Amino acid sequence: MASQILYALPFLAKGFAVTLWVSLLVVTLSLVAGVLLGVGLVYGPAPLRWAVRIFSDTIRGIPILVLMFFVYYGLPAIGLHLPSFWAAVLALTLFKTAQVIEYLRGAVASIPKGQSEAAMAIGLTFRQRLTSVIFPQAFRRFLPPWINGVTDAVKGSALVSLLGITDLMQAINQVIGRTYEAMPLYILGALIYFAVNYALSLASRRLERRFAFIRE
Amino acid sequence: MGYALNFNLIWRHFDKLWGGLLLSLELAVISIAIGTVIGLVLAVWYVSAGRVVRAIIAAYVEFIRNVPLILLVYLVFYGVPTVVDLAYSAPTSFVLTLSVYSGAYLVEVFRSGLEAVPRGQLDAGKAIGLTPWQRLIHVRLPTMLRITLPALSNTFISLFKDTSIASVISVPELTFGAQWINFNTFRIVEVYLVTTAMYLLTGYILLFGLRLVERRFRAAR
Repeated sequence: MASQILYALPFLAKGFAVTLWVSLLVVTLSLVAGVLLGVGLVYGPAPLRWAVRIFSDTIRGIPILVLMFFVYYGLPAIGLHLPSFWAAVLALTLFKTAQVIEYLRGAVASIPKGQSEAAMAIGLTFRQRLTSVIFPQAFRRFLPPWINGVTDAVKGSALVSLLGITDLMQAINQVIGRTYEAMPLYILGALIYFAVNYALSLASRRLERRFAFIRE
Repeated sequence: MGYALNFNLIWRHFDKLWGGLLLSLELAVISIAIGTVIGLVLAVWYVSAGRVVRAIIAAYVEFIRNVPLILLVYLVFYGVPTVVDLAYSAPTSFVLTLSVYSGAYLVEVFRSGLEAVPRGQLDAGKAIGLTPWQRLIHVRLPTMLRITLPALSNTFISLFKDTSIASVISVPELTFGAQWINFNTFRIVEVYLVTTAMYLLTGYILLFGLRLVERRFRAAR
């Protein structure tokens, strides 16, 4: 048993690299999209605000799995052919983006109105108000929930295994298919996911403490 | 492009989705009920326990919360029966998994609620001569529930959505029904539109109901 698992380790490592790569892509892309759409939700014109609100509420209201199948099987049906890897990344990114939008909205809403009024009074432009007054303060409120959500992205990435992408989850299932050592391999997999996510959550608690201080 | 929507086949197989939704709700309700018992017992135990018990409960919570649900579902369904002489159906296996999973999340919710109960209330309970057990039942738990209800509603709804993972071990719940129609009729866009609407609607009805409960208990002050 032990030798079979040792033999499979390089294969599992490759799957693990895919898991990390998917998570990194999803976290980065959703951060960019979520911040842009979040600003649209808070400051945009009414039609944009409604569109972002509907997008976010719909996406957060359905299981990631349904969203993933919708994107994966639905895009080719309407004539858009993405490689399965990117379809999976797109679906997970859409899901995470909706969360980032809400983190941003919450963070900006927590900044007292007087701050942006004061900035307006001293004649700052919209962009200056955002970059020098609102965002530096909102950042401290945005960071803790966002960083907590990074472990969700790593956990969510395990779903790409259902689309035939060989991430850590799928690699484990394949090794079990060859060796029939289900229990040891699932436990090994759980420990790997646990190690990554626990390390991330420890790091996030650290960062949280560092940035928790809010100047009122 | 040039995809023409046609919902006829979806309605013909709608029983797959409707039956699936009912099963999703059943899985969620049973798992949440068991998970709530696990969560309450461990949270109450945690706040009054010594170091060793606390470490064990924390290990359970941290482990479950940091592992993907899909892996736990596989582990219980395909892994556990290879080492223990047990046989159970896929739905039972999933309920077992989601119960243990929701338990870990609910311990956290209840624990932070218990710690938020003002000390003065407990002291008042002591002052009027309530036993520790009475203080727990009549003072601590009701106040804790009121504090945690909003967080509890969110956790419940999130757990309802998590029942979609049961489809990976072929439990015929809503997501599984959607996939069945997807593979058998190829009305892909339609089936996921309807499924999305069903999850959304159910989620919002649940949320609305839970908000009513929250309001009722808030008014009871």
